[in-house]
Amino acid sequence: MATESLTLGKALNAGLRRALDRDPKVVIMGEDVGKLGGVFRITDGLQKDFGEDRVIDTPLAESGIIGTAVGLALRGYRPVCEIQFDGFVYPAYDQIVSQVAKMHYRSRGMVRLPIVIRIPFGGGIGAVEHHSESPEAYFAHTPGLKVVTCSNPSDGYTMIQQAIASDDPIVFLEPKRRYWEKGEVDAEAEAYPLHSARVARPGTDVTVVAYGPMVRTALDAATAAAEDGRELEVIDLRSLSPLDLGPVHESVRRTGRCVVVHEAPSNVGLGAEIAARVTEECFYSLESPVLRVTGFDTPYPAARVEEEYLPDLDRVLDAVDRTYGW
Amino acid sequence: MARDDDTLVQLLTPDGERVDRAVGPDGVEYSVDLTDAEYRGFYRDLVTVRRLDAEATALQRQGELGIWASLLGQEAAQVGSGRALRPQDMVFPTYREHGVLYCRGIDPIMPLSLFRGVDQGAWDPIETRCGMYTIVIGAQTLHATGYAMGIAMDGKVGGDDGEAAIAYFGDGATSQGDVNEAFIWSAVYTAPVVFFCQNNQYAISEPIERQTRVPLYQRAAGFGFPGVRVDGNDVLASYAVTRHALDHARSGQGPTLIEAYTYRMGAHTTSDDPSRYRPPAEAEAWRSRDPIARLAAFLGRQQIADETFFAEVDEQARTEAVRLRERVLTMPDPAPDSIFDNVYPHGSPLVDGERERFNAYRKSFEGSAH
Ligand SMILES: Cc1ncc(C[n+]2csc(CCOP(=O)(O)OP(=O)(O)O)c2C)c(N)n1
Repeated sequence: MATESLTLGKALNAGLRRALDRDPKVVIMGEDVGKLGGVFRITDGLQKDFGEDRVIDTPLAESGIIGTAVGLALRGYRPVCEIQFDGFVYPAYDQIVSQVAKMHYRSRGMVRLPIVIRIPFGGGIGAVEHHSESPEAYFAHTPGLKVVTCSNPSDGYTMIQQAIASDDPIVFLEPKRRYWEKGEVDAEAEAYPLHSARVARPGTDVTVVAYGPMVRTALDAATAAAEDGRELEVIDLRSLSPLDLGPVHESVRRTGRCVVVHEAPSNVGLGAEIAARVTEECFYSLESPVLRVTGFDTPYPAARVEEEYLPDLDRVLDAVDRTYGW
Repeated sequence: MARDDDTLVQLLTPDGERVDRAVGPDGVEYSVDLTDAEYRGFYRDLVTVRRLDAEATALQRQGELGIWASLLGQEAAQVGSGRALRPQDMVFPTYREHGVLYCRGIDPIMPLSLFRGVDQGAWDPIETRCGMYTIVIGAQTLHATGYAMGIAMDGKVGGDDGEAAIAYFGDGATSQGDVNEAFIWSAVYTAPVVFFCQNNQYAISEPIERQTRVPLYQRAAGFGFPGVRVDGNDVLASYAVTRHALDHARSGQGPTLIEAYTYRMGAHTTSDDPSRYRPPAEAEAWRSRDPIARLAAFLGRQQIADETFFAEVDEQARTEAVRLRERVLTMPDPAPDSIFDNVYPHGSPLVDGERERFNAYRKSFEGSAH
């Protein structure tokens, strides 16, 4: 396959398949990942082709999924764990932050846990509670973990392979409402470095920083803004820990304005971190404060009102307007 | 206190009488056939780990260790199970398994550096085949299970040269979700793992009645694998039962839960005050079941060992303890910027940047009065 148009879901599937193919130590584990192919079918067909020992249907217990992955990693395997939905990662939270994140440090580097924890995250699919959350800040706050998220099929395909090949434990967030969106995937193209932000659309007037599901929203806002003569520069962070803010700083020094967009609540969220760092680095270039467009500081609401909760094109444009008010 | 005593596998009575064979609640007949040298070896281990443990407690009292979790009273469970391990087996301990570590050939300074705060207990888990101490109760039972799944996936089960994993935990840990998840996982995947629970009757202050209404070994039945209760103060029985469970695992027959019925003679840790929650008579009653005294009685009666031997073992243990003390006192503190080491295998710009700023800040004090 050279270049092909794939949905994000299919691109992730292809990336997982390639990783299983390349390294016999890679195993996929999670609830329903085998015969069913996962509730989002991201692991579709993999058990059929690689067997039940490589694509493991686990009992229904999240701490067990991550805790046994630690043992498998100690044994030389590279487990890729699927957590079915964002809201169900919390039973495994202890294993992730207290065990997975710390063993390399505690062992003075003697232990490596190349574990990938895949989590479909974010809202917008009309689900019931616990199926639409954005838990990234919990993990990004934890030293020893790395946190990444893809926003398009091409990144989905390469980033999942890079994450699996990495010696770091990685929380890999998949924007579930973008699973069905298509894009070009070039299987032969050289992969972009995993922990780097990327300019998704160049512009001169306002820097819009987004990641995961909000990249599409930011790009749509940029298209709309262009009709009004404003050129937004959209940056897809891709890596949430570590953050690659170099391209953001560089951009803000040119534009003088910055808006950060995410679905998670604003309080102590990644937007706060980014705003603080951009302020510190670009203080003399800023024409206005760094603004955030985020979910509200409430639990994720019922599906019939989620459109109110989720940042959309209009809220991004409104924030862009406000940066001109100072 | 010790209920269900008839279910207890015992090969050496508290008076030091050798029991030829004992049938466990799992229906298995247990026995041991050791040489005199092996019996003496067990005794030497018991005395040594108790002596080193006492030294660590003393070092803590003198302010040289931040805290210490003593194994006093649990030597037989640890030495018996520890000596049953083969080199290829993998151990997943909690924070009190100094005796198991000793049997594993791990330098006794290793756990002390953890409790002194010099490092976080960083012996090499892969090379020593012994995981680091686990403080979060029960977490390591899942690690052991996953590791054992890996053993099975590697095809290293089925024969005598097969491998097995063993997880150590306490009675309190059996209430944790992780331990129950480990039971489920190991049963479902027939993982070659042994769950070695030292029921020392207390989880800090909480008695076993606060954790369970049924004897712990009986829990295994509900998960679909054998459970055995062994006299944890009997080194021979602990050895026999663990050896059997490990063989059972390595031959591909799956997990076993061993409940080593024992008693924590000291405090939970040096920060604990057991007089607030334990009647003094209780510990007194358990003193008569002391693991070392009973083996000594047997060795003496059978003329396997004499006073010269006992004195020599004491002296050797004392020498090891003195050496350990000296090493603790001369243990250097780590370099300040070592806090930035090993957060990630290949570094991180965030951490690297912080290390630079930290060192620059520290350097700014050079030559000043501080
Ligand atoms: C998850 C968790 N909760 C609480 C503690 C605090 N804590 C440390 S040891 C302990 C008691 C453990 O008892 P048990 O499992 O019986 O082991 P023992 O110390 O008796 O060997 C507790 C509550 C902890 N370390 N981890």
